[in-house]
Amino acid sequence: MALPIRRRIMALYCTAFAAYSIYVYTDGTHLANTPPLSAKVQEGLRLFQAKNCVACHQFYGLGGYMGPDLTNVASAPDKGVEHIRAMLKYGTTRMPNFGLTSTQIDALVAFLKFVDASGRYPPAQPKIKWYGTVDYTSARTGE
Amino acid sequence: MEPSITHPPEPANRIGLRFVLLGMLALAVSMMFGALAAFKFLYPELLQMLPFHKIRPIHVSLAVAWIFLAAVGGIYYYLPNAARLPLHSTRAAAVHFWLFLVTGLVILAAYALGQFGGREYFQFPAILALPIFASWILFGVNYFRTVTRDRRPWPVYYWMWGTGIVFFFVTFTEAYLWLIPFFRENMVREVTVQWKAYGALVGSWNMMVYGTAIFVMCRIGGDDQMARSKLVFALFFLGLFNLMFGWAHHAYPIPTVPWIRHFAYFVSMTELLILGKIIWDWRGSLATYRRHHHRQAFRFMIAADFWVFVNLILALIISVPAANLFTHGTHVTVAHAMGTTIGINTMILLASVFFILEEAYGRRFSPAHVAVTRSGFWIANSCLLVVFVSLLGAGLGRGTYIEGTFQEMMALIEPYLIVFAGAGVGLAIGLWMVLACAIQLMTGLVFTSATTEARGLARGEKPAG
Repeated sequence: MALPIRRRIMALYCTAFAAYSIYVYTDGTHLANTPPLSAKVQEGLRLFQAKNCVACHQFYGLGGYMGPDLTNVASAPDKGVEHIRAMLKYGTTRMPNFGLTSTQIDALVAFLKFVDASGRYPPAQPKIKWYGTVDYTSARTGE
Repeated sequence: MEPSITHPPEPANRIGLRFVLLGMLALAVSMMFGALAAFKFLYPELLQMLPFHKIRPIHVSLAVAWIFLAAVGGIYYYLPNAARLPLHSTRAAAVHFWLFLVTGLVILAAYALGQFGGREYFQFPAILALPIFASWILFGVNYFRTVTRDRRPWPVYYWMWGTGIVFFFVTFTEAYLWLIPFFRENMVREVTVQWKAYGALVGSWNMMVYGTAIFVMCRIGGDDQMARSKLVFALFFLGLFNLMFGWAHHAYPIPTVPWIRHFAYFVSMTELLILGKIIWDWRGSLATYRRHHHRQAFRFMIAADFWVFVNLILALIISVPAANLFTHGTHVTVAHAMGTTIGINTMILLASVFFILEEAYGRRFSPAHVAVTRSGFWIANSCLLVVFVSLLGAGLGRGTYIEGTFQEMMALIEPYLIVFAGAGVGLAIGLWMVLACAIQLMTGLVFTSATTEARGLARGEKPAG
């Protein structure tokens, strides 16, 4: 009799997992005012992956640790688009010069602007609740 | 005196051992690139022809390959040899092995040539995921066709291996959803689904590794009832609950709807029950240790037990969103990753390797093998502890450094990273010492006994087993 119970629990888990996944794929990650995924942004994404930038950089604190997080580098007051262009064109001791063309640099800048529009990281003035959760409202854009 | 094989595995069942042997070679090379990456992190101008963005994927891919190869090889070996369930198809297992090996070599060549897919964990070109999918289908079909022949109620390790296989397939597929425009046109969705997949993917290989741990412990203790108790199944379903729904603690700062984060927080805290169980069982574990401490396999299992305890405490702390605010995106996460992949997974898988060797060699290793393995064990675990603590220091330094530039923050945490790199070399040396013995003995099982048997057959003798 024990086996059917375990199978029933497994079936329940799998159904809940499927339903939760669909929610995450749709409403759970819905983003108001999403900028369009233009051909230039897509090219920037392709280049970001082809040069394996994630080995060193992060989005939302997820990725490598060699370089800084790039979520809001395009709009950071002390960095911005010109800073990105200079880094991509010349490299640093930590970052190789990938020999990118100006068109490729434009595409990467467009992609980083696209990422920047999705939210704020780290969130400004997050509110910590007494039971350990954090109000990340300031991380969301378009609200 | 060279140790002699007293219980050679049947030739058809050696396929599992080939996986394990290849896995150990992958780990040995991975450790070399890991130590190199630690120094490149500090001194980027070192070895210009090997940039960090090439070294890191080689290190990570080989480390992941070790976990999969050793876990999969163990399953292929244990089913026919220990559980008395001949594989549904040895040929399919052999095709799986060659497909995995050739794909792995192509992936390494792609990294060397600077061809990347640029995704965390899977930094190889996306097209190379196809042979991995194909090999996994072969493995899954072979596994379920084999175990469904066992009509008795399944022990928990069958469930864990099966769940790991299915969920690897699900999460590996999910990790490539970004290829569909619907997922990549929204950055929040893209990053969330990516890390949802990775969180559950790690859970899927943990299922296979922990299943192996329970199998080995049952065999060492000589009691399979432990794998059939209600309590062990309750813990299995609790672990599965975390695998399916706890992933969002990896991604608290992504601006998803708030309740996804609250739910992940709740799910993660259910692991307190597992922590309580470990503490409750501690005295019993000590008594078991005294009974089996002479066995190499058991020594690695006890090390894994220690690292489970340490990493579970860290995991619980960094799963509290208020603490995660300071640890997310810092080296604390790396400490947790290293603690789990080396401290838990690698120690369990090495226990599995030495269990296979002890059974095949009748526990008669040469004194030199025993001494080198024991020294390597202590060097590896001591250095891992230093690696773990130095990464925690670096992570807390980074997490609490609010003002100033990235370069200033890196300068602040550099002393921790120097200690990390030095201990990383010690860790590599310790594991190489263990692997040198294990690889030598395993090679004997995979190749030498086959040759001996072939010679015996040529002389008209009956094959062993």
